[in-house]
This record gives sequence, C-alpha cells and structure tokens, in this order.
Amino acid sequence: MNVRLWGTRGSLASPGSDTARYGGNTSCVEVRGSAGGVLVIDAGTGIRRLGRTLAGVARVDVLLSHLHMDHIQGLGFFAPLHDRSVETHIWGPARSVDDLAARLRRYLSPPLFPVHLRDLPRLVLHPLPAGTFDVGEFHVTAEPVCHPGFTVGLRIAADGATLAYMSDHEPALGVADFPTAGDWTSGYDVARDADLLLHDAQYSLAEYPDHVGWGHSALDHTLAFARLAGVKHLVTFHHDPWHGDDDIERLTAEACARVAVPCKVTVGAEGALFELAAPSRA
Amino acid sequence: MSQKPIELILMRQLASSLAMPTFLVDHDGTLVFYNEPAEHLLGMRFDETGEMPVGQWATVWQPAEADGTPRPVERLPLAITIAERRPARGDFWIHALDGTRRHIEVTALPLIRVADELVGAVAVFWELPS
Repeated sequence: MNVRLWGTRGSLASPGSDTARYGGNTSCVEVRGSAGGVLVIDAGTGIRRLGRTLAGVARVDVLLSHLHMDHIQGLGFFAPLHDRSVETHIWGPARSVDDLAARLRRYLSPPLFPVHLRDLPRLVLHPLPAGTFDVGEFHVTAEPVCHPGFTVGLRIAADGATLAYMSDHEPALGVADFPTAGDWTSGYDVARDADLLLHDAQYSLAEYPDHVGWGHSALDHTLAFARLAGVKHLVTFHHDPWHGDDDIERLTAEACARVAVPCKVTVGAEGALFELAAPSRA
Repeated sequence: MSQKPIELILMRQLASSLAMPTFLVDHDGTLVFYNEPAEHLLGMRFDETGEMPVGQWATVWQPAEADGTPRPVERLPLAITIAERRPARGDFWIHALDGTRRHIEVTALPLIRVADELVGAVAVFWELPS
C-alpha cells in the first residue's frame, strides 16, 4: 500500500515561499493498493493536482473524514468528477437530519460554485457508515473522533499494512492528565498499532490554550497520542496556516525534545510518499 | 483494551468538569464513570468501585422508597432510559457507601448516536432536602 500526501495544510490553503517545503494545499491523501485500487482521503485543495495524475483509472473512491470547507474545497476541481470515463464514489459522514448529497450541495451549487452536484456525470454518493466495510481491496474502519461537527477517523488496511488517518482531532479536549488509558481516548482504536499514522499537529503547546475546543491538537498531544497508540511511524499533518516551514521544524523539534516517542516522527510534506509493506516473517 | 464510543468519552470529559453529580453507563447499563460530586453523594470514589454491571450498581446503594421498600431495578430512571431509550426521572432514597441515607432526585438521558445506536445513558442527580 502506497500513501502519498497531496495536501498537508490545515484550515486554509496557504501557498507562499514560507510554506514551500511542507506545502500550502489543504488535506488530501492518495492511497494505492497493490491490486490497483485508488482511495483518496479528503478533498482539500491538494486533490486538484492529484486528479491530473489519475488518467486511465476507471474508478476512484473518495473518503471524506468530515465536511469542513478545507476538506471539500477541492472537489469541484477534481478532474475525474468531470470525466465520463471515470466512476467517482464519494463516501462522507451522514447525519440524521440531512443526507450527504444535501450537505455537499451547500457548497457544490450557486452562488458558492457554478456547477451543480447533479450535473457531475458519474458520481455515486455513499453515507460513510461507522464501523468496518470494504472498498475494493481496502478494509476500511470509520469511527467518530473528537472534532466539532461529525468527524470520523479512518483506519485502512491492505496488503498486510495499516494506515490511520486523523487529520482533525483533539483527543486531549477536557482531559486534565492526557493521555490516560486508551479505552477512554478518542481515536485510540483507529490508531492502535498502525504502521503509519497521519495526525493533526496544528498548534504548539503554547498556542493550544487559546484554541481549546477548536478540534485540533498541540504537537505535544500528537506525540503523546502516537506513543499511547503504539504506532510505528507518526506523520504530523494539518499544519497551521500561520506556521511557515521554519516554524514547523522548530516547533516539532521542541515538542520531540519534551515528549519522547518510540516511533519514527516525520513532518508531513506535500508530495511525500510512504510505502507500507506487510511485516516480514522471520 | 477496547476504546469506548466517542460519545461516552466526551460525556465523561464533560462530567469531569461539572459540579453536578453525574453518573454514566454504557449501552447495556454497565456503570463506566461517576464524577467527584457524585462520589460525595454516593460515599465512595469511582476509583474504588470501578465499573459495575447494572445488576450490581442498582443494588449496591440500596435504592428504596421513603418507607424503606426496595426500589426494583426496572424502576430506576437509568434502567428505564436504557431499556426504553427515553428520558426518565424519579426520586428515591439511597444508602451511600459511607453509611449515610440520602433522598435523591435523578434525571436520566439516553445517548443515541448517528444510525440510531444507543451507546449509553447519563444521569444527573441532586440530594433533596430531608
């Protein structure tokens, strides 16, 4: 299973010379299985460039972790949605009050967008069920996590490897002694023992107190969560739009000095590729 | 170790910050948490009681009518809420584990997530003047 990051920025696209190394596009991740399946996680502005690489693909499945604007803004610019040779399936969290189509139409309709959702040629919408289900060769688990609005964390298993994705996640909310036990920690089952965890790392520890309840993590909490969950490799994600590349590197180094983690830690960068393989057997 | 549903986690976090006695059970009625104000009324810290199945917590505090007649489990507000997935309230007497007899009023609410799944229930309660 190959995982490529197409957008790592949180909240708002932030292009510029100071964000060139880690990228300014909002959340989008491509997952490719060995059988050729293509999953896209979230449709932030990073999905535009991804779409141009998918020529020849007959089916694409897009999993939306939630419907905040920075996670759907790229949808209208995703080339496969306008291509009659491609069947695009969008899986998004449903609520009891309105369905996924109604919620996506709030953005994909005038005056916010010139093209109506109904005019997209081969689009299939699915309510994202809580629990485990299969999408082609991928075994997907979606579980609600702590973030305002209905948001799911995603655990994707294929080829003997496991990816966990929680781009927007505040597991420390209201927990005075975070982290405590895994069974009382949001997202624990999604991340437990994952080979690769892509996790919210929006704020520094100093910034966090002014943003409690906004649904995002301080870097120190991200590291502590990764340690609790026993992941093998943590990739920090959803960088704050106010943080330039130098800030991200400095804040990450400072957090790593405070919170020891036994796993590898990588700052999520646009374009980065992670090749996940099944553990070798002795 | 399996993670609790996010709704229970968030409710416990909220309960931890409230000054109202709050009691939290999971989908099958197992006690999973009560907060410090509840510890005061119930006469024991949650760390000491730990999780308890409904058959245990519904009797350990000896819920009873004013005349001392035991209150059946199925007539306790939290048990009604879990069984019937609806809010319930009531008042009765308990024997706190520190030996004190207290008259309490309980309001219980179901916690139902998307897809109409009952994940638990929460009860807040007050001690009534004797």
